[in-house]
Amino acid sequence: MNVTVTINGEERSADVEPRVLLVDFIRTNLALTGTHIGCDTSSCGACTVLIDGEPVKSCTQLAVQADGRSITTVEGLAHGAQLDPIQVGFHEEHGLQCGFCTPGMMLVCRALLDRNPDPSEDQIRWAISGNICRCTGYMNIVKAVQHAARAGAAPEPAPAEVAQS
Amino acid sequence: MSVEARPHGGIGESIKRKEDARFLRGRGNYLDDIVLPGMLHMAIVRSPHAHARIRGVDTAEAAAMPGVVAVVTGELMAQHNLAWMPTLSGDTQAVLATDKVRFQGQEVAAVVATSKYAAEDAAGLVRVDYEVLPAITGPQQAKAEGAPLIRDDKEGQADNHIYHWESGDQAATDAAFMRAHRIVRLSTHYPRSHPAPLETCGILADVDPATGKATLYMTSQAPHAIRTVFALVTGLPEQNIRVISPDIGGGFGNKVPVYPGYVVATAASLLIGKPVKWVEDRTENLISTGFARDFHMTGELALANDGRMLALRVSLDSDNGAFFADAQPSKFKAGLFHIVTGSYDLPAAHVTADGYYTNKAPGGVAYRCSFRVTEASYLIERLVTNAAIELGIDQAEIRLKNFVPKDAFPYTSATGWVYDSGDYEGAMHVALEKVGYADLLREQAEKRERGEFMGIGLASFTEVVGAGHGKDFDILGLRMFDSAELRVHPTGKAILKLGVKSQGQGHETTFAQIVAEELGIPAADVSVEEGDTDNTPYGLGTYASRSTPTAGAATAVISRKLREKGRKLAAHLLEAAEEDLEWERGRFYVRGTPERAKTIQDVAFAAYTNLPEGMEPGLEGVHYYDPPNMTYPFGTYAVVVDVDRGTGVVRTRRVVAVDDCGVRINPMIVEAQIHGGLTEGWGIAFTEQITFDEDGNCIGSNFMDYLLPTAWETPKFETFATVTPSPHHPLGAKGVGESATVGSPAAYVNAVIDALAPLGVRNIDMPVTSDKVWAALRSAGVTE
Repeated sequence: MNVTVTINGEERSADVEPRVLLVDFIRTNLALTGTHIGCDTSSCGACTVLIDGEPVKSCTQLAVQADGRSITTVEGLAHGAQLDPIQVGFHEEHGLQCGFCTPGMMLVCRALLDRNPDPSEDQIRWAISGNICRCTGYMNIVKAVQHAARAGAAPEPAPAEVAQS
Repeated sequence: MSVEARPHGGIGESIKRKEDARFLRGRGNYLDDIVLPGMLHMAIVRSPHAHARIRGVDTAEAAAMPGVVAVVTGELMAQHNLAWMPTLSGDTQAVLATDKVRFQGQEVAAVVATSKYAAEDAAGLVRVDYEVLPAITGPQQAKAEGAPLIRDDKEGQADNHIYHWESGDQAATDAAFMRAHRIVRLSTHYPRSHPAPLETCGILADVDPATGKATLYMTSQAPHAIRTVFALVTGLPEQNIRVISPDIGGGFGNKVPVYPGYVVATAASLLIGKPVKWVEDRTENLISTGFARDFHMTGELALANDGRMLALRVSLDSDNGAFFADAQPSKFKAGLFHIVTGSYDLPAAHVTADGYYTNKAPGGVAYRCSFRVTEASYLIERLVTNAAIELGIDQAEIRLKNFVPKDAFPYTSATGWVYDSGDYEGAMHVALEKVGYADLLREQAEKRERGEFMGIGLASFTEVVGAGHGKDFDILGLRMFDSAELRVHPTGKAILKLGVKSQGQGHETTFAQIVAEELGIPAADVSVEEGDTDNTPYGLGTYASRSTPTAGAATAVISRKLREKGRKLAAHLLEAAEEDLEWERGRFYVRGTPERAKTIQDVAFAAYTNLPEGMEPGLEGVHYYDPPNMTYPFGTYAVVVDVDRGTGVVRTRRVVAVDDCGVRINPMIVEAQIHGGLTEGWGIAFTEQITFDEDGNCIGSNFMDYLLPTAWETPKFETFATVTPSPHHPLGAKGVGESATVGSPAAYVNAVIDALAPLGVRNIDMPVTSDKVWAALRSAGVTE
């Protein structure tokens, strides 16, 4: 079947079997490997993407269900050299270690901030509780979201250590 | 931010991480992200039974499926002498089963196909005819008379016993027990858990049919050691094997061993002549690759009436699964468990350990732990708290009374360890002050009056990390040293290549900081490379908190060696005598005239452009560091819990962690490592367990049954430091990645036991779930 999506602002399409999972479509057909696979049972959230702004675990959706929709993956968070405040927050507050959960985690946090620009700690912890991080113990992820909330929604220049060379 | 404003990034600076740049943008390069032209995909057929004889394997239907290129069976592997492989503990393990399956999830066959979906489809069509045998799911059953023999493949193996191992002085220990006023006993099962890194294990094997060169992209924490093991297993010449560990999505010990899937994928690529990728799904990861713990332990502590400890006696049965495949130094069958005297000045100790085969997955790995130190620390810390309860002595007081005193280091323990340094009282006092111990005791007394259950848990762990020294610590004979190669380029920028491999620990930042401190080149100008065995010096890898103690030391030493060459170059440039030069970070100057100076960048340029007569050009070098001793990080953790008398739900109210890992290179990274360890320790204490039913079916084979802590239940942590430098490490640093997983489970459980102590409750085996607590409350007669 032909599936056409707008992904990170770009229209892309591919022919896939009806049973192909959205995460495989994104990773294999569209070659966007920032979206990860961690558990296959929608328990860990490593595969989280935004569909029309809402977090979705792409390991438990079929690609065909996303036909005609707008998808944001981690590759779509930055605007060129400008980073999304959530990316800056994760860097400044050391909210990532191995980096494997980070794309899904940042997208969930972006969606949270879009609907609630000033969340409490409990609201942050609840919002990210569908995403597992094995490295950080979550404290610095909470701080990363608070950092981003303070910054607002406007993209920020990347700090020197993570600027594109 | 301008370049000038960047921090130098020396030791002790919490600079932000360099590696974040790619991860923030989704540009990490993990194993499954790698795609090669013509790449095939492999799926593994696994046993549904824990113990069964294989009568036959029918691959016809699978082989006829569209897209299928090959179906690999044990029989085919046997034709190439690859049906079995050696384990890291000197045993053998089936690569693909030929005779029997010995645990649920064991590898029986593999399908190689043009897509992941086609491979999985066909794997479901491989028909295996099994004769089901009775399963053994624990050491008690394994040693029972008439128990089925699991390893009938091994000549001379008449029962399910693997090893007997002892440490310490039995006679001295027995004598001390005769003199004891009180003996406190604790039997507990440290349950089987799983490291469960968020990225599963995998390989992309690419054997070039023209040259025979095998490039193996692999989720490996120890790429060099794996290369050597692969050469031994497959017979491929070692120079034709290149192991590349790309970005790794967490390891925690799970990615140390060699798994059958790696061997099969490599063999398949060799036979087919195309790249073959195999990536586990989550269930495969949880049911077949390196589990952790599963120790059934009994400890006895002999005490005088005043709480002085006289001796410790421990016996334990280890459940090793179907093959003895523990990843640990070869000499120590029960790992480093004999560190079990912990932080206490125990005059005598004796430990016996026995390992058993069971019909469970093999591969006891150290889940964020230095080879069984976690089980040891848990046992002694639980025993000490129980002793305090039994003797009516305060938990902190009994510890303070028995700690190895600060002036006793280096201290030789009753089981022969030489502790390098410590100040256990210091860490304890900080923890008591920060948690507000005196106030908590008052609050607890008031709550007990009201029938409320509040508990305070303490644990004062001592770790033993940073293997080797190579004389005593080896894996399959490979000495546990590590290495660093430093190349300073003409423009004064540098590249550092290491034999270890980060899985999230931040090596690209931390190790650059060591160069920044010791050679004066800003951390931002030092790139760090790891993981590619063709382009990094040999090393034993990253696990057991060993990277900073070994590779960190190697980095410091090679930086200093290059600095000494730099001194000669500076003397040449300044037309001064070497002995008249002073070094301050980043430059040499003439004593007394500090304006006569050359920077390290000047010196680097001169190394390629303006050398003194007869000097070898370049500013590069490699150092292999074999540590003189292990490092012994320590600390005290204090946990406060409230137990709901109606439901048994335990709420973790406070977690205060005081860690002493010597000199901290990047305090931000160290603290975050401790956060992670406290979280994994919380999971082990309260939620994580791999269980089996009586038929050996694995319960806990996905993240809906194997419960990892999320942000919602994970407590908030209050972290503090004391600093007792290691006297033998060049930087005074110790390992730290695992301290919190080692130390915290006892603190969490001690808090629950402390809460329930007035009811006579002395033990609840982990995970301390609310149903177990509820049962303990009810059996003590507590009603809602």
